[in-house]
Amino acid sequence: MEKTYEEINEKIRKGKAVVLTAEQVSEMARTMSPKEILNKVDVVTTATFGAMCSSGAILNFGHATPPIRMERIELNGVPVSGGLAAVDTFVGATDCNPQKPEYGGAHIIQDLIDGKSVVLEAWGKGTDCYPRTHIKTNISLETMNEAILSNPRNAYQNYNVAVNSSDRIRYTYMGTLLPNYKNASYSSAGELSPLLNDPECRTIGLGTRIFLAGAQGYVTYNGTQFNTSKPLNKYGVPMGGSRTIAVAGEMREMNSRFLRGAYFEKYGVTMYVGIGVPIPILDEDMAARVSIRNEQIETYIEDYGNDFKLIGTTNYAALRSGEIELNGHKIHTAPLSSLARAREIADILKGWIEKGEFLLTEPTRPMPVSRSIKSLEENL
Amino acid sequence: MVKRIVLNFPAESTQKPVIYDIVKKFDVVTNILKANVKGDQGGRMVVELEADADKIKEAIRYIKGCGIEVSSLGSKIIWNRDLCTDCGTCTSSCLSGALTIQAPDWKLKFNPDKCVACKLCLKACPLKLFSMDVFG
Ligand code: SF4
Ligand code: SF4
Repeated sequence: MEKTYEEINEKIRKGKAVVLTAEQVSEMARTMSPKEILNKVDVVTTATFGAMCSSGAILNFGHATPPIRMERIELNGVPVSGGLAAVDTFVGATDCNPQKPEYGGAHIIQDLIDGKSVVLEAWGKGTDCYPRTHIKTNISLETMNEAILSNPRNAYQNYNVAVNSSDRIRYTYMGTLLPNYKNASYSSAGELSPLLNDPECRTIGLGTRIFLAGAQGYVTYNGTQFNTSKPLNKYGVPMGGSRTIAVAGEMREMNSRFLRGAYFEKYGVTMYVGIGVPIPILDEDMAARVSIRNEQIETYIEDYGNDFKLIGTTNYAALRSGEIELNGHKIHTAPLSSLARAREIADILKGWIEKGEFLLTEPTRPMPVSRSIKSLEENL
Repeated sequence: MVKRIVLNFPAESTQKPVIYDIVKKFDVVTNILKANVKGDQGGRMVVELEADADKIKEAIRYIKGCGIEVSSLGSKIIWNRDLCTDCGTCTSSCLSGALTIQAPDWKLKFNPDKCVACKLCLKACPLKLFSMDVFG
């Protein structure tokens, strides 16, 4: 018995859809076959709350009188893009003022979502139509026209585990890595993670409605560095980082419980983003995909102390146990993304769907089926 | 011997005259170094106890029996729990095991008794939610 999006949405409208979180369905799958799950479950909610550096916001400030063509822009002293027409900007999550590296674009985005005002200062050369050369004023979400969170690469499908074999501490985007294999950090939400529950992106595509930082947002495109060429393990899970999604949503509807500016020591600013993706159980194949369990999701261990060499593999059940073994070393593991908050997101999304407040969307275009990534050649 | 301890008063226990009690019952000389205890909200106090080791032990047992959390002055770390996202990043640097995160709830737990005040978590938390206690 296969189901269509329309049939599932009809059930959602009537308040009759059966919705489970990905953790609940993985537990159910211990005793039920994909066929039974297909008959019983309509939608599975997945989620993640982790550091996603490739994020940002599109803002439109409105025109002042007399108007200015903003060519150099600072928000709370942080330089942001001056390359988008007269009064648009893009605040990159990792934008920062090198003099004060602990506060950056991600913090500005969080401050705005928290309702705070931010100091805008901008300069232009002055033109016939935009005579003004300088402006300094307070702005907030209320004073602006658009404020759209727009993230080019989020929700990585799987990610490597980081360790450090060298004899000095490494400060990285995978956290503080202590010398001589003293710790290992991992960042994926495992069996709850969105793209691990739909590894080929059969249901996640352009236009998919999602939970984004507390609001209803959308998948807008394949994320940057989208990669389908990673080897699959025997459960069909890509090893290491592969597919990604680009997402967008209205900042005024967001909540900083699910979006945080962060600073990794000696690395820089990044942003924690909460994303929840609903997966329709269209057929037995999807039922089998969402049944994936932590012990079946494997990933590579990379040595950040030695040129990112791949030095082993492990799985999320082992990582979640608090200790993994690697070449005779027992290594203490620590997560980087919040499972507790990801669970909260999966539950909220489940509630929205159960109450009929959130309908599923069929992708208007699927994700690319075959993509590998290039590295940067130096040719000058 | 002299021992400095931190008393963490929960909201409901501040009515009891614990300090007076330990002076009277255990013959411990007490010296309140710092106090920040508000009527109905609880609070913290740093106290110096002077007596022989056994009496200090008994006095501390008595204080704990009154529902007051006691930690040694070594644990000067304050964690801003309200803003914590339970990401767990700090646990990787905490080799003493004071900061832990695990199944089933995956919420961060801080055990001040195990903290050796190494300060690694101050840098490790990406939200900068740890600070050194002004009491320290
Ligand atoms: S100061 Fe050191 S021992 Fe104490 S909680 Fe922080 S990391 Fe752990
Ligand atoms: S690193 Fe900071 S936010 Fe994350 S669990 Fe520790 S205290 Fe909480």
